Amino acid sequence: MHGKKTTDFAEQINEGLDEILSSDPKTLIMGLGVTDPKRVFGTTLGLIEKYGSSRVIETPTSENAVTGIGVGLAITGYRPIMIHQRLDFFLLAMDQLVNSAAKWHYMFGGQQSVPITIRLITGRGWGQGPTHSQNLHSWLTHIPGLKVVMPAFASDVKKLLIASVNDPNPVIFIEDRWCHVQRIDRNLIKSEHLEIGKAEVIEIGDDLTIVSAGFSTIQSLRAVKFLKKHEVNVELVDLKTLKPLDIDSILTSVTKTGRLLVVDSGTEISSFASEIISLVTRLAFNKLHQAPEMITAPDVPEPTSHGVIGEFKFNSTDIAKETLKILNKNLESFDFFELRDDLPDVPNSNFSGPF
Amino acid sequence: MSKDQPMLLECYVLASKIRAVEEMIASEYSKGEMRCPVHLSIGQELVSAVVGLNQRKYDTAVSSHRAHAHYLAKGGDLKKMIAEIYGKVTGCCKGRGGSMHLIDLQVGFLGSSAIVGNSIPIGVGSGLSHKLNNSDALSFIFLGDGAIEEGSFYESVNFSAVHDLPTVYICENNLYSVYTRLNQRQPLERDIYKMVESLGIIAVKIETRNVFECLKSTTKLINMARTTKKPIFIEYDTYRWLEHCGPNQDDHLGYRPQSEIFKWKEQDPLLSLKEILISNFGVSNAELKVIQQEMANEVLAAFIQAKKDEFPTLDQSMSDVYAR
Repeated sequence: MHGKKTTDFAEQINEGLDEILSSDPKTLIMGLGVTDPKRVFGTTLGLIEKYGSSRVIETPTSENAVTGIGVGLAITGYRPIMIHQRLDFFLLAMDQLVNSAAKWHYMFGGQQSVPITIRLITGRGWGQGPTHSQNLHSWLTHIPGLKVVMPAFASDVKKLLIASVNDPNPVIFIEDRWCHVQRIDRNLIKSEHLEIGKAEVIEIGDDLTIVSAGFSTIQSLRAVKFLKKHEVNVELVDLKTLKPLDIDSILTSVTKTGRLLVVDSGTEISSFASEIISLVTRLAFNKLHQAPEMITAPDVPEPTSHGVIGEFKFNSTDIAKETLKILNKNLESFDFFELRDDLPDVPNSNFSGPF
Repeated sequence: MSKDQPMLLECYVLASKIRAVEEMIASEYSKGEMRCPVHLSIGQELVSAVVGLNQRKYDTAVSSHRAHAHYLAKGGDLKKMIAEIYGKVTGCCKGRGGSMHLIDLQVGFLGSSAIVGNSIPIGVGSGLSHKLNNSDALSFIFLGDGAIEEGSFYESVNFSAVHDLPTVYICENNLYSVYTRLNQRQPLERDIYKMVESLGIIAVKIETRNVFECLKSTTKLINMARTTKKPIFIEYDTYRWLEHCGPNQDDHLGYRPQSEIFKWKEQDPLLSLKEILISNFGVSNAELKVIQQEMANEVLAAFIQAKKDEFPTLDQSMSDVYAR
């Protein structure tokens, strides 16, 4: 069906949506721009033509009401997939997310489920700045009743999206904008069914465990590959789902390595990294050789200027250096040149898999 | 005119039932067994009754914090509502929602929300469902004058208009958002229904003073909505007799003019219904008394049962966070 040898993350979402719409007539897509010329970074290409305007619904710029309309559809038999081109705009929909979607099933005595998937795209680079690049996944995990999925790889984003839509609960599906351009060979696409709530150990190692999700996993993987070349063996756990959290996979890894570094794109206070460190410390304190560490964004809104963003954001070099520091290695003996980014505010030109 | 009699009588039955339930809640509330906020509809019963008479079982409805009357008029289970207010596991939400969160899926009452304006888009979503299902069902959205000030209201009406959805907005304008009068919240010279009309849907104001006209106009409009499957908005002028939240009078606070309170109590919808039934339709006082007695008995039974019912266990209250 697809003649091309390679695919990218955005195309995989597009193919996932196509598969979802064709397999279940009760599914539908709603969002601002789902039928526009750009088609949400290409992720909704070809869908209005194939499924029509009653399945692919263009919406007004009304994040809150449209989310509530999705809930109304969900409790009356439909499975809406809602799309927001920037997570930051979705903050206007907190009432419908928190007071309606998340609680409906519980609050009304378990009578109506709310099978709604909300795709939120996080901006990164190119001057996205304070209100177009917020990584607020930690907030969303705080709400009982929500599930939060944060895919990293083009190879599994389709299966994770399908699993999210098949889930009978509200699922927040967070896509880093830079993940969208990640290109891979088609033969790397996972064919097996993926479950929400399952992490994956994507690199095996004994020295230290890195836990991350979304684009942080991509950055971590680059650092881990670099370190492997220098005989530093890091285990990398890609969470895929933040809630429900696969704590068992994290504990198994930390039990083996005795060291933990959490890499989290969110700001440091009440971050998801803090949550993981808290859990590991409480549940496996005696397995730790030393205090866990985390790399997060600082507790500062993100500045826009491309002149400063390279220093402001952490990158693969920072992850490699932090790992070496934890392991008490001499940083002087490493040349980090190959980990540098081409430019700090656009994805690297070599941004393709396998990583 | 006699063909109108059964409908008016039914209207009386519904309004009496609502009044009887609300009065019982008010009189029992001080015992401290209904330990959740209650927003009573005494004085506002007519709107729910005239709308309820025109709802079909497969129509859906959503409502706000002041939802008892809407729930009952849609045919919601009385026992489950009272048990819910008492916090019992037999309640319509298993004791998780209380007075402000009512649901009865058997009759299409999808839910009510404590957050002003919150349930409006949910009702629009249900309207979109009806449209996608090619059904002639209507989605009724109950709201007050306060919700008009919420962004969700504007966003919802706009969506209903753009997508031509079978949504019936029922706005009970009781002039106050808690203690704050309408003229402090919205421009004095701007009528709510006219503002809504300018958003692109049919919007009408129906006076409640003449109960017969009120019923007739409501019926006509809802029939029209069912035929056209287009959104409509109906504003009713109405008045709550008691405090915003709770079982008491709060006229001593002085936030509402005495003359206004007096005028609206004079205009008691139940009394008006009774008068018109007796003088224009030959119904006897005795017949109406029988109806009232039947209502009183039903309500009493619901309270007796609710008091007897069990509270949820902690285990029961920890379940259902996620659907499986």
